[in-house]
Amino acid sequence: MAAPVLQIRDLRVEFRQKKDWREVVHGVSLDVGRGEVLALVGESGSGKSTIAMSIPGLLPRNGRNSGSIQLDGQELIGASPGTLRKIRGRQVAVIFQEPMRALNPVYTIGWQIREMLQAHQELSKEQARERAVELLKLVDIPEPERRVDSYPHQLSGGQRQRAMIAQALALDPQVLIADEPTTALDVTVQGEILELLHDLKGRIDASILLITHDMGVVADLADRIVVLKDGAIVEQGDAHQIFYDPQQPYTQSLLKAVLSLSLEPVAAELPAPEPAETPAFDLDHGVIEYPGGRGRKPFRAIDDVTLRLDAGQVMGLVGESGSGKSTIGRAAVGLLPLASGALRINGLDLVTADAGQLREARRQVAMVFQDAGASVNPRWPIGQAIAEPLQLHTDLDAAARDARVTELLDRVQLSRNLRNRFPHQLSGGQRQRVGIARALALQPSLLIVDEPTSALDVSVQEKVLELFAELQEEFGFACLFITHDLAVVEHVADRIAVLRHGKLVETGTTAEVLMSPQDSYTRRLIAAVPVPDPREQAQRRRQRRELLGEAS
Amino acid sequence: MIRYIGRRLLMALPVLLGTSFLIFAMVYALPGDPIRALAGDQPLPPEVIAQLRAEHNLDDPLLLQYLKYLAQLFQGNLGTDFAGNPVSETIALRLPITARLAIVAIIFEIIFGITAGVLCALYKNSWFDNLVLVSTTMVVSVPVFVLAFLAQWLLGFQLGWFPVAGIANGWFSLILPGLVLAALSMAYVARLTRTSMAETLGADHVRTARSKGISELRVVTRHGLRNALIPVVTFIGADLGAMMGGAIVTESVFNIPGIGRAVFDAVRNQEGPVVVGIVTMMVFFFIFFNLVVDVLYGVLDPRIRYE
Repeated sequence: MAAPVLQIRDLRVEFRQKKDWREVVHGVSLDVGRGEVLALVGESGSGKSTIAMSIPGLLPRNGRNSGSIQLDGQELIGASPGTLRKIRGRQVAVIFQEPMRALNPVYTIGWQIREMLQAHQELSKEQARERAVELLKLVDIPEPERRVDSYPHQLSGGQRQRAMIAQALALDPQVLIADEPTTALDVTVQGEILELLHDLKGRIDASILLITHDMGVVADLADRIVVLKDGAIVEQGDAHQIFYDPQQPYTQSLLKAVLSLSLEPVAAELPAPEPAETPAFDLDHGVIEYPGGRGRKPFRAIDDVTLRLDAGQVMGLVGESGSGKSTIGRAAVGLLPLASGALRINGLDLVTADAGQLREARRQVAMVFQDAGASVNPRWPIGQAIAEPLQLHTDLDAAARDARVTELLDRVQLSRNLRNRFPHQLSGGQRQRVGIARALALQPSLLIVDEPTSALDVSVQEKVLELFAELQEEFGFACLFITHDLAVVEHVADRIAVLRHGKLVETGTTAEVLMSPQDSYTRRLIAAVPVPDPREQAQRRRQRRELLGEAS
Repeated sequence: MIRYIGRRLLMALPVLLGTSFLIFAMVYALPGDPIRALAGDQPLPPEVIAQLRAEHNLDDPLLLQYLKYLAQLFQGNLGTDFAGNPVSETIALRLPITARLAIVAIIFEIIFGITAGVLCALYKNSWFDNLVLVSTTMVVSVPVFVLAFLAQWLLGFQLGWFPVAGIANGWFSLILPGLVLAALSMAYVARLTRTSMAETLGADHVRTARSKGISELRVVTRHGLRNALIPVVTFIGADLGAMMGGAIVTESVFNIPGIGRAVFDAVRNQEGPVVVGIVTMMVFFFIFFNLVVDVLYGVLDPRIRYE
């Protein structure tokens, strides 16, 4: 193997907290070869971003590092700020996640790319602009001559990320750091960006340091993988070895925890449930609109959707951002009125119900939010947060409420002595359990769950979903499970409804929709999900190309 | 955009009508007889009083008085005070002085407020940051007249650096009153800039800017300050609108014949048309500068679009 572009030896990174220095990266050594894609993989707190940000010297102000980072033989640790500045952008460029926030909203993308060029090269404004247009062409942004003058908010999420990539490629860097490049994007957009990165891999000379928690993305792009845990390397090797023959127990458990679309037929098809007399949730030609401004047409978020969820069933509501999936969830708890159509919860029509009936209906419905920590009062201990619905809707006295809270904590497998803790003192997984406990306090017959695990690490996600499945079986509530993650849906849902732009695309049992999708959008959605298996992913990539060819 | 501005200006009309009527009614409701007060110890002959009352419509009911005033106003006539001077002349005389004072104050606000705020954000929790925190707290909690007298005594009288009062020395004599007038807003600007700047410097796009290898100065100014200034500019613009209404306390202490003094004197003499004329103008300025700020906001932040 030729000399690596980047050589990291015994890298240690410390952060100052008050007076103490705390080491978070403990002597990491790794090489990045020329033209290679190296993935840094690990859960939050593993130090993967910290390692990457050490390379161009972009640690936060309270951080310091030691050891050695050599870029083409040049030592970067201890280099002067001036030297590092010249390296940034020109030799080491970074693609950040969430391009909406990573690009400056007050400048056009052309301006921002030009700034990068002119920081390192003597270029006239016209030359720089011309080069910016070329770069936008390179990343397949349509109408680059026009788009170069667009502000970030005028572009779609995918185009923004393309612009971000174009900026990073502007000076033909030797090392490209891609920090969660697809995390904030919709599945189909993520697919497109991965496709672009894949394509660029062959066209540019840069080595790519890929930082991600998504094993599907890793399987899609990486040549070699470094697995990190708590600031130290657990295992490294080429992609096939890590995926198919992981040596370390941590790597094995990490891979096992990843939910993937198995797309394998379910062994025994569930017997079709008896159609219950009154469905738990029954949306009949529902239309939901958000009022437009003065003189503008209202925005139709849900357009003539008919959905029926029988008691005790779990339905996955799947779609990309703007599909209306969360709108349906909000309408189900009575937070949004219907413009037309009917919505019946346990047989009660929310449109015609009076205030008393609505109150009773709300008792029957509970909601679990994406970030349970942000959806309960941060100044209340969690015991109080869980008890609140009991206080509002039941006549239980304090002692009885306490007993019930204890019981709920047991049910969601949270230690009883956590009840006096505040939300910020808990981990993400624990907070999500609090959210579930609170939702179950009144034993609802219908639960609306909105992206409950998308903010969690894979191993935590696995446990929370396991708990959810257990509780669902035990309590038998019906559930609308809102998510963008098809793998999660496959694991928890009996039925799936696919939404797009406020319209129902397809609905059916989980097996039907995932195994033999009828609609081309559903097919594309499924094809866009990267699976954590390099060989299968390569095959899916080919299939996806065919599908897209079909669609165009 | 044009339609937006037009709509905003139309919306200003009822506000102007409403405020002018309120002021009119308040002056009407003041106890005492303005004409008798005007005469002082020497009672005027009854026919003179009657003539003055008729001239200023003082015997009509409130609503009629107001309507007559409005009719006059629409002919471009702001009326006269009791001495017979047109109100428009008073405004023309006093407003430039107030405007100059306001400009001096705004310049202080911008220079000291923004600089202090930026430095505080860059060196958070440093001795400078703490100094600014303490001094701004002091300025905010001390009443303006105390500050005015203190500045006058220390910088004007004891040290003799600036004229103590009056406007005999042109712009130079406005420095001290300008500083006093700006003090409170300066403190707010410093705090606002600090918060906004600190937030912006922590934003993801500033990290992106750093990763591009541009100079730190450029990162701080073009990516930090440029974005952080948006709320600050809004505040300063609105403040300018308020300052154009004159500063009664500052103008009194430093003996500056600005619009604030004029309105103060007119209130004391119960000269209805003068008070109403000036206050309506103040309200107009306030609305106008707020509109300018809103339009500017759209220029500074491309995400905002008006329809």
